[in-house]
Amino acid sequence: MARRADVSSKGSQDLHGSGSSRNRLCGSCQENGKSNGVAHSWSKRESFEQAPMYVAVLTYLGFGIVTLFGYFRDFLRAVGLEKCHLAQERDEQKDFVPLYQDFENFYTRNLYMRVRDNWNRPICSLPGPEFDLMERVSDDYNWTFRLTGRTIHNVINMGSYNYLGFAENNEKFLQPVANATKEYGIGVCSTRQEMGNLDIHQELEELVASFLGAESAMTFGMGFATNSMNIPALVSRGCLILSDELNHTSLILGARLSGATIRVFKHNNMQSLEKLLKEAIMGGQPRTHRPWRKILIVVEGIYSMEGSIVRLPEIVALKKKYKAYLYLDEAHSIGAVGATGRGVTQLFGLDPSDVDVLMGTFTKSFGAAGGYIAGKKELVDYLRAHSHSAAYATAMSPPVARQIIRAMKCIMGLDGLTVGIQRVRQLAENTRYFRRRLQELGFIIYGSQDSPVVPLLLYMPGKVGAFSRAMLERKIGVVVVGFPATPITEARARFCVSSAHTRDMLDKVLCSLDELGDYLGLKFSRRKCTQFELDS
Amino acid sequence: KMASGQQWVLVEMVQAFYEAPAYHLILEGILILWIIRLLFSKTYKLQERSDLTEKEKEELIEEWQPEPLVPPVSKDHPSLNYDPNTKLNLSIVCGLPTSHKIVVNGKECINFASFNFLGLLDNERVKKRALSSLKKYGVGTCGPRGFYGTFDVHLELEDRLAKFMRTEEAIIYSYGFATIASAIPAYSKRGDIVFVDEAACFAIQKGLQASRSFIKYFKHNDMEDLERLLKDQEVEDQKNPRKARVIRRFIVVEGLYINTGDICPLPELVKLKYRYKVRIFLEESLSFGVLGDHGRGVTEHFGVNIDDIDLISANMENALASIGGFCCGRSFVIDHQRLSGQGYCFSASLPPMLAAAAIEALNIMEEDPEIFTILREKCSCVHRALQGIPGLKVVGESFTPALHLQLETSTGSRDSDMKTLRTIVEYCMNRRVALTQARYLDKEEKFLPPPTIRVVVTVEQTDEEINMAASLIREAALAILK
Repeated sequence: MARRADVSSKGSQDLHGSGSSRNRLCGSCQENGKSNGVAHSWSKRESFEQAPMYVAVLTYLGFGIVTLFGYFRDFLRAVGLEKCHLAQERDEQKDFVPLYQDFENFYTRNLYMRVRDNWNRPICSLPGPEFDLMERVSDDYNWTFRLTGRTIHNVINMGSYNYLGFAENNEKFLQPVANATKEYGIGVCSTRQEMGNLDIHQELEELVASFLGAESAMTFGMGFATNSMNIPALVSRGCLILSDELNHTSLILGARLSGATIRVFKHNNMQSLEKLLKEAIMGGQPRTHRPWRKILIVVEGIYSMEGSIVRLPEIVALKKKYKAYLYLDEAHSIGAVGATGRGVTQLFGLDPSDVDVLMGTFTKSFGAAGGYIAGKKELVDYLRAHSHSAAYATAMSPPVARQIIRAMKCIMGLDGLTVGIQRVRQLAENTRYFRRRLQELGFIIYGSQDSPVVPLLLYMPGKVGAFSRAMLERKIGVVVVGFPATPITEARARFCVSSAHTRDMLDKVLCSLDELGDYLGLKFSRRKCTQFELDS
Repeated sequence: KMASGQQWVLVEMVQAFYEAPAYHLILEGILILWIIRLLFSKTYKLQERSDLTEKEKEELIEEWQPEPLVPPVSKDHPSLNYDPNTKLNLSIVCGLPTSHKIVVNGKECINFASFNFLGLLDNERVKKRALSSLKKYGVGTCGPRGFYGTFDVHLELEDRLAKFMRTEEAIIYSYGFATIASAIPAYSKRGDIVFVDEAACFAIQKGLQASRSFIKYFKHNDMEDLERLLKDQEVEDQKNPRKARVIRRFIVVEGLYINTGDICPLPELVKLKYRYKVRIFLEESLSFGVLGDHGRGVTEHFGVNIDDIDLISANMENALASIGGFCCGRSFVIDHQRLSGQGYCFSASLPPMLAAAAIEALNIMEEDPEIFTILREKCSCVHRALQGIPGLKVVGESFTPALHLQLETSTGSRDSDMKTLRTIVEYCMNRRVALTQARYLDKEEKFLPPPTIRVVVTVEQTDEEINMAASLIREAALAILK
């Protein structure tokens, strides 16, 4: 087992699980400390190291300069000295109320436009461990793009969510999918409750239920919609939703559409959650003080912007003590963590029936599309009757369902081969290797050691664009994220490790990162990491 | 040099301090003390019950009992697979070489329930194109559009849709429901006003709910009611012109309404648009690929200039027989969704094989515009054949491919109406015609439509099949509705 890196504390360091303190600018190494009572023998080492103070100052300065320039350019555009590239309203509708307010688009016009070439890069091949990018140039500083027609071949893919390598086009593996296309066609043209309930959906749902160890499961055509259409079916006015600070947009949208009261607790912070639970039960609904009808705790398995893993044993203990319900969104963790790929419940050694609503998506680890909700039979039966998706949205496409079935059977080993379990193990090994090497190189990375999502902090807005472009020149495709998806001072690059990445590919990426880290000055970490062995 | 500069400023400050009047200093002193007090005082939260003892708090926590997570659902709910008689409640459909003749619960039936208007679900070219895309790209895209989830197929499909509809730009979504439900909140925010038809479909209602705008419903297809609402709003505006200059207004209508089968009066709407300065969002899921000489929808049907409609949204799950949806319009409008459409930015993109299938379907639609005339003829054929059935009336225009059969006289209780219609549907299913009841979520709909049977027309249905189905329904009605 590893020794923890030395913690140099400064001032009053709160050891009781304050998680990632967003705005504290002290230069200490912050780790999730002990939690309240539920001892966990295998400590989930998560780190959210703070960068030195000067980094934050320079970041704000960078934003300040870009904003000033933005005002200047807007002035030039208004005066007419600079050509305005933006699309304009129709002449016939010039006297309508403007569709967009100027200040709403300030950020888009002046900051995002400058670095826009780092997103929406079109590809023309399989999103496997390597892919082919279409070369795209801009003649007018990112206002418009044109495709030159050339392809950049064999770019290493560190951005796609391909954790178990199921984004493949091996003819043998894809034969069942091809057969399903020939047999059923592409679409379904009907909803699940009308004429769209195919036998392949039944088969898929039984398989998902047995994969997760749940009684019953139901699948939907889109992962985002699974959240936004089913949370309103489970809770409504008079209920309380306790949602983590960093929950995904789909969870927030589902919570808002439900009409329930939403209270946010600090990210992965059990003290904050317990406090909210106590206050909710003692205080009741606001103003009337009637008792809450239900309390639903909504968390994710792996948070994709932080790489942190939910503290599931503690949440389950809290939920049992306060009689709340737990909704776990395993979009990134299903298939990617756990000894046999069963997700965070397996990672922590918990019984899946402790989680009331198990939700996940098939986009990431299964190379398909769609989402599922699993749990007790009463829950799933209720959703079959009352989910918005079952009544109004088209059912899942049959070839996509067949792909999920074959991927799941592969992971479970039901096809008689060990390919699935090998991939799960390879992913775990790749994850730990990649994270360890990045820490050794001196970068600040966030998140748990087991999470295949690796955010590498860049902080300054200028470095965001430079990093992505430089990596592309070295034929490595990375994803960078900045404000507003992350806090303003914490722009980051996010790597998604895949089991299909070979050691050579990872080494190539690490070598380029080493070079770029020195060139761009990205090695902010002040930890001294000790060497430790990878667990087998 | 720096130190002397600082010193100089300090001297100035001290001088100013001495020269200031006394009351000024006292006031500032009080303010500073107040700020210090605020900074250090405990935040006051209204929900803290600090008047309870620890024991009382424990008791409250012990005593509280939540409702069960889900209320029980009766076993014979039509969406569940349980029925003591047949062991099958919800129809289970099996794939067969064609989806025109589907196997429902083990019986082969003619399909009058799937929205496969142009018969493209079984088309060999479409399947072949999907298969070649599968060989190249695999199934999933493994990422949202912003993070390497944009494939050349997506760009091609957007381009083709924009050209087909003769607009500047199109944007595709990976789920039909999410299309309009993400498009509306991208433009209409809190404080804006949306005028929407009462018969709008559920996806529009969810989009409106997510937008948090003021929603004003007007009676179905009633232009006078809409004009009345617009005039009222004009009066409001005059009271507060500054506010009126920033409130955006929208009208949301469907081309062909899925709940009632009739068409919206688009030319009048366009007139109202220019008179009262409201933007129009048109939802064309049912009319795309159905109306118009070339299948371009309701704008082509009426000959309205497509630029007059600010946004057209449709799903590709009906006529195009694929999965997903698209919005098209001018770049000024559509481009905004690329950063603020939630279903676009935060969700994985459409699997490439489904996009390729949609492109091939578009190719077929462009090559053979006759298909739309044939579809409309079949629609009017079905519409005629279903007239005069005792006890059932046909709801919908003669050219709508998805019509409704409603009970002429309701029994008064929705449940018993639904049961009656269900027996008719089962009667027909047992005799090899697959129909379905239109499904709604009773408690969630704002204006719940009455119970109906949905009848869908496709180009693959032959005249004999249509006549057989019509006579079967007539038989069922005579037998059951006495």
